[in-house]
Amino acid sequence: MNSWHEFLSMGGYAVYVWPAYGTALVVLLANAIWPGRQQRALLKELRRRSLPSEERPT
Amino acid sequence: MTPVRRKRLIIVVVIVAGVAIAAALGLQAFRKNLLYYFTPVQVAAGDAHVGQRFRMGGLVAMGSVQRSPGSMTVHFTLTDMQKSVPVVYTGILPDLFREGQGIVVYGTLDKQGLFVAQQVLAKHDAKYMPPEVAAAIKKAKAAQQAQIAAKAAS
Amino acid sequence: MFIWFHKLASPPYFYKFAGILAPWLAWLSLLVIAAGLYGGLWLAPPDYQQGDGFRIIYVHVPSAWMSMFIYMVMAVAAAIGLIWRMKLAHAVSAAAAPLGASFTFIALVTGSLWGKPMWGTYWVWDARLTSELILLFLYVGYMALNHAFEDRRTGDRASAILALVGIVNIPIIHYSVKWWNTLHQGATVFFGPRAEMPPSMYIPLFIMIIGFMVYFAAFILKRLQVEVLQRERNTAWVRALVAKS
Repeated sequence: MNSWHEFLSMGGYAVYVWPAYGTALVVLLANAIWPGRQQRALLKELRRRSLPSEERPT
Repeated sequence: MTPVRRKRLIIVVVIVAGVAIAAALGLQAFRKNLLYYFTPVQVAAGDAHVGQRFRMGGLVAMGSVQRSPGSMTVHFTLTDMQKSVPVVYTGILPDLFREGQGIVVYGTLDKQGLFVAQQVLAKHDAKYMPPEVAAAIKKAKAAQQAQIAAKAAS
Repeated sequence: MFIWFHKLASPPYFYKFAGILAPWLAWLSLLVIAAGLYGGLWLAPPDYQQGDGFRIIYVHVPSAWMSMFIYMVMAVAAAIGLIWRMKLAHAVSAAAAPLGASFTFIALVTGSLWGKPMWGTYWVWDARLTSELILLFLYVGYMALNHAFEDRRTGDRASAILALVGIVNIPIIHYSVKWWNTLHQGATVFFGPRAEMPPSMYIPLFIMIIGFMVYFAAFILKRLQVEVLQRERNTAWVRALVAKS
C-alpha cells in the first residue's frame, strides 16, 4: 500500500473487503460492551433486592 | 477418582465415541452425495448421473479457451490431467477464471459428450504470493525451458 | 501451584481475579489486533491472483480458527462439569458459547464476502461451508438448551451433553477439504520447502490469531464474572460484595 486512496479502494475489492471487516468490528465490539453492561445491571438488581422491603425504591 | 466420577467419565466417553462412530458410518454412507463436484475421471467412469445436472471440477486446459466474438459464449476444455471434457458456457465468468485455473462447472452432459454449463465457479488453490514473486518464478521457469531447448538443439 | 489453582476455582477468588485481569487483556488484544491489521491491510503485498481481495483472509481465517478452538474449550469444560461437577466448569461452557457463535458468524459472513468475487458465488453447499454452518447451529442450540430449564443445573447438564455430541463436527470441519471435493480450497502450508505463503503474508495472519485469542481470554473472563454472579446470587460472598459496592 502506498497511499490512502489505494488503501481504501483495495484494488477494486473495497465493496467486499470493508464490509467483511465492518461485520467483524461490529460483532466484536458488541461482545466487548455487552458483558460489562450486564454485570452492572445485575449488581444493581442484587443491591435493590438486598435492601429491606420498605427501603426499596419503587 | 471416586467410583461415581469414574462412572460419569465412562458415560461421557461412551456418548462421544458412540456419536463419533454413528457420524463416521453416516458420512461413509453419504460419501458420494457429500462431494460438491465430480472430476472428469469420475465422470468418465460413470460416477455422475449423466443426463441430470451435476457439478464437475477440474483445471481449464492450457490454450483451450475460445471466446466467440460478439457473444458471451465461451468454449474450453476441463481436465484433471487424465481425462478431459469439452465445456460450453454463456455468461459472466468469475474474476479467477483463466487457463490453468481450477474451476467447478454446473450443468448437463449432452449426447456428444459436450458439457453445457449453466454456472461456472472458480476454485482457488491454497497458494498465496506477491505478484513480483509470481512473475519471477514465471521468468525463471521460462529461462529454464529455454536452456533445455537450447541443449536439445545443440 | 495446585493450591493456587484450587483457590482460583472458588467463585469469590475467581470473580476478583477475573475483574483485575480482563481489562488488561482487553487492551492488550486491541493492541495486537491493531498491529495485525496494519500488517495485513497495509504492509502485506497483494496476492498474484486475487490482488487486494485476498486481504479478507486476515479476518476470515483467524475467526474460523477461533470458532473451532472455542468449541473445544466449551466441550472440554462441559465434560469436566459433567464428570467432576465443578461449579466453574459449566459457567466456562456457558460463557464460551456466545463468543464461539460470534466468531463462527464472522467466519461465515467474511467467507461469503470473499467467495463472491473469487468463486463467483456467496454460498455453496459444499462440505466445508455446510459443516461450519452446523457449528453455528450447535452454538445456538447450546445457548438455547442452557437457558431452557427452570433449574440452571438441569440446563447445564443437558447443554453439556449437546456440546459433547457436537464435538464430532470439529474434525469434520477441519478435514472436509481433504475428505471430499469441496469448492473451498485446502489448508495452506505455511512452513518448510513446500510453503504456500511467504512470511510477509503469514506473519500478520498469526498476529491476528494471537490477537483474537487474547480478545477471547479477556471477554470470556468478563462473561464468567456475570455467570458467577448469577449462579452465586444467594451466597454470602455475593451479598457482601453487593453491600460493599
